[in-house]
Order: sequence, then C-alpha cells, then structure tokens
Amino acid sequence: MNVLARTSAVLVKDLLSEIRTRYALNALLMFIITAVAIILFALRGDTPGTVVLAGMFWVVVFFTGMSGLSRIFVSEEERGTALTLQLLAPPGVVYFGKLAFNVLLTLVLVAGVTAVYLVAFPGFIIQTPSIFFVTLLLGSLGLASAATIIAAIVAKAGSRGTLYPVLSFPVVVVLLMTVMNATVKSLDGEEFSAAIVDFVVLISYVMVMTAGSFLLFEFVWKD
Amino acid sequence: MILTAENISKTFNRRTVFREIGFTVAAGQSIAVTGRNGAGKSTLLKILAGLLTPTRGSVRYDVDGSVCGPEEIRASLGFVSPYLQLYDEFSALENLRLLSRMRSATVAADDRCREMLTRFGLWERRDDQVRTYSSGMKQRLKYVVALLDDPQVLLLDEPSANLDADGIAAVSHVYESSQRRILVVATNDRSEAERCELKVHLGTGAS
Repeated sequence: MNVLARTSAVLVKDLLSEIRTRYALNALLMFIITAVAIILFALRGDTPGTVVLAGMFWVVVFFTGMSGLSRIFVSEEERGTALTLQLLAPPGVVYFGKLAFNVLLTLVLVAGVTAVYLVAFPGFIIQTPSIFFVTLLLGSLGLASAATIIAAIVAKAGSRGTLYPVLSFPVVVVLLMTVMNATVKSLDGEEFSAAIVDFVVLISYVMVMTAGSFLLFEFVWKD
Repeated sequence: MILTAENISKTFNRRTVFREIGFTVAAGQSIAVTGRNGAGKSTLLKILAGLLTPTRGSVRYDVDGSVCGPEEIRASLGFVSPYLQLYDEFSALENLRLLSRMRSATVAADDRCREMLTRFGLWERRDDQVRTYSSGMKQRLKYVVALLDDPQVLLLDEPSANLDADGIAAVSHVYESSQRRILVVATNDRSEAERCELKVHLGTGAS
C-alpha cells in the first residue's frame, strides 16, 4: 500500500507537471499533425492499402513517441531534480510511477493518431474494432515500457536527442512488427481469433520488457 | 542512531577525489567536512546520503545495534545541497505535499507546513510558483523540505549559500535545534565549521 501510494505520488507529480508545462503533449501534438500532413502530401490523393496504412500508423506512433516519451527522465536531469527524486523515493517507486505516466501519455498519443487517421485517410476503416483496440492497448504498454527504460538510459548520456530513437529501434522492432501485423488484420476485418498469436507475442513482450526494465532500472538510475 | 563511514574512497574516471576517509558520528553530534574546492566535500555528502556509491569502503547507519536498510535511511535523512533542486512549476506548498507523499506516502500536515514555512519566512509566498523565487528563497525552501519530517540525520552542503541575514539566522536555529540528530556540514566557512564538535578535512583538491 505504501509503495502504491508513493508510486501514485510520482505519477500525480508528473501529470500535474505536464498539465502546467505541456512539455510532452505539445511535442506529441505537433509531431502527429506534421507527420500526417507529410504523408498526405506524399500520397497526392492515392488511397493506400491496409498494409501501408497500418505501417504508416505505427511509424507515426513510434517517431511521435520518441519525440515525447524521453522527456520523462530528461526533464528531471535537465532541471536538477533527479537527485531529489533519488533521495526521496526508491528506484522501484520511481520506475513504476514514470512507467504509469508514459503508459497514459502513449494511450493519449495512439488515441490522437487514430482520430487523425480516421479523418485524414478514408481507407482507414477499422473493421474488427476488438483486434484494433486490444492491439492499441498492448502496443501502448509495450512502447511505454521500452521507452521508459531507454529514456532513463538516455537521460544519463550526453547526446540525448539523437541517441533515443537509435537505441529504441532495435528494442521495439519486434513490437512494431507485431502491432503492424495485428492492425492489418483489424483493417482487413479478420476474426478476433486470427490475432491471438499476435496478442500472445505482445503480452510476452510487455512482461519481459517490464520485468527486465525493473531489474535494470536501479543500476541505470543511481550513479 | 550512529553514522559510521569506513575507509571511504571515491574515484571518477581514474581520478581519486579522496581516499580512506573514516569517522563515526552519534546522534546529538555534529561533524564539519572541510577542504578546498574540488576536494570532494559534496561527493562525500552524496555518498553519506546514498546518492553515490563509494569506490571503496562503506557507510553504515545503526540504530540500537542493528544496521538500517536503504528505506530506513531514506526516511530518516534530510539533505540540503546546491545539487538538489525543487520543482519550479509547483508552489512551495505543492512541493512539500508532493515530496512528502513520495517520501512517506503521507501528505505533510498543514500545521507542520505552516510552521516550517513561517520559520523560514516563506509562508506569505507559499502559493507562488518556485520559479518566481530568488535563489535565497529556493535555498530556504530546501531547508523546509529537508526538515519537514524532523529527520534524524541532517546533511548540509554549503548551508549558508545565497542566504541573507534572516536566512542565516534561521540556519543558526537549525544548528541549535539539532541536539538529537546527526548533523553533517560541508563548508569552507570557518565559523560554520567551528560550531561542529567533530571535523574531517579532505586534503587534496583543486590546485
């Protein structure tokens, strides 16, 4: 209970901070609009197939996430508050508080990208909503989990801006391939059972990534 | 509570900052850490706070003969340092409430917040964002955060930095009211060092 209350305190602190500063939300919003506008210009009115649409959807989510999710630790290092957090809360509390914030931010991100896609691309029709929404949920959990530990690593490094997407890609490539595959199935109107294998892969990814990150975090966070 | 530092050495990138520092401080005692710029005073305090790991040696806190774990140490430690910043986008009161929830899962009592903010002359500005504070006011707020839970161990790194006469008087009161706690002060100010019963001098430093 104590740990849960302290973890929620880290989450509340980050939510209030984000509401006040809009560091991550503004970056995410601008990136979504810019990326989708560029895709629309490149397509010149063509209607891409479901494979291309699903691929572009997750490319936008990935790169938008990379622009915003790293702020969670970088802002603490830049403002000099990382040591204050280290002093007050154990690493596990900080990790799960930050992870919860990144999950919420990623859910907002995928909801935003979905809304923009539904308006901007007439061919983006979700024919099996159950597959689509489970994919969004598990994809968000996986992306947030990977992004949180990589953000913690990158925050300690010198060249933060370039390092984040470079480090992230090999870690999330399995996740991206799986969510793209499942999204195609939802756009093609396949049965829910057709995506079960993808969901098993995604659940395994989330569990392994979260457990591994939790074990690694203390060594990344201190010193 | 007893703080024991045994043969602590710290090396950064092959450069040894200090080596084989050892001392024991009991509750009610104070110790001054002195030395030239770069001698490692702040590094030593970070090690005592558990924020850095010593390259060699160990730091131990004991209560009634049993060694305290990291969580017990965290709960009984207050630290004022130029390296510890507060959240600029929150007010003083919001900082106190959020930070106390992170430290102990309980929101700091309003009466205690009021008492501490009044003592350090910040009560009138309690609802202003910390970004609007002067550096001296931020230093005072760090004292409030450090002292809010009445810690058994108080680490002060450059205790009078940025403070005016009233701020220095408030810090003097902290010294005087620390009879039950362990007080560790890193300073180059001779008068501050002389208030402490014990002294450890870090020999090497910037040349």
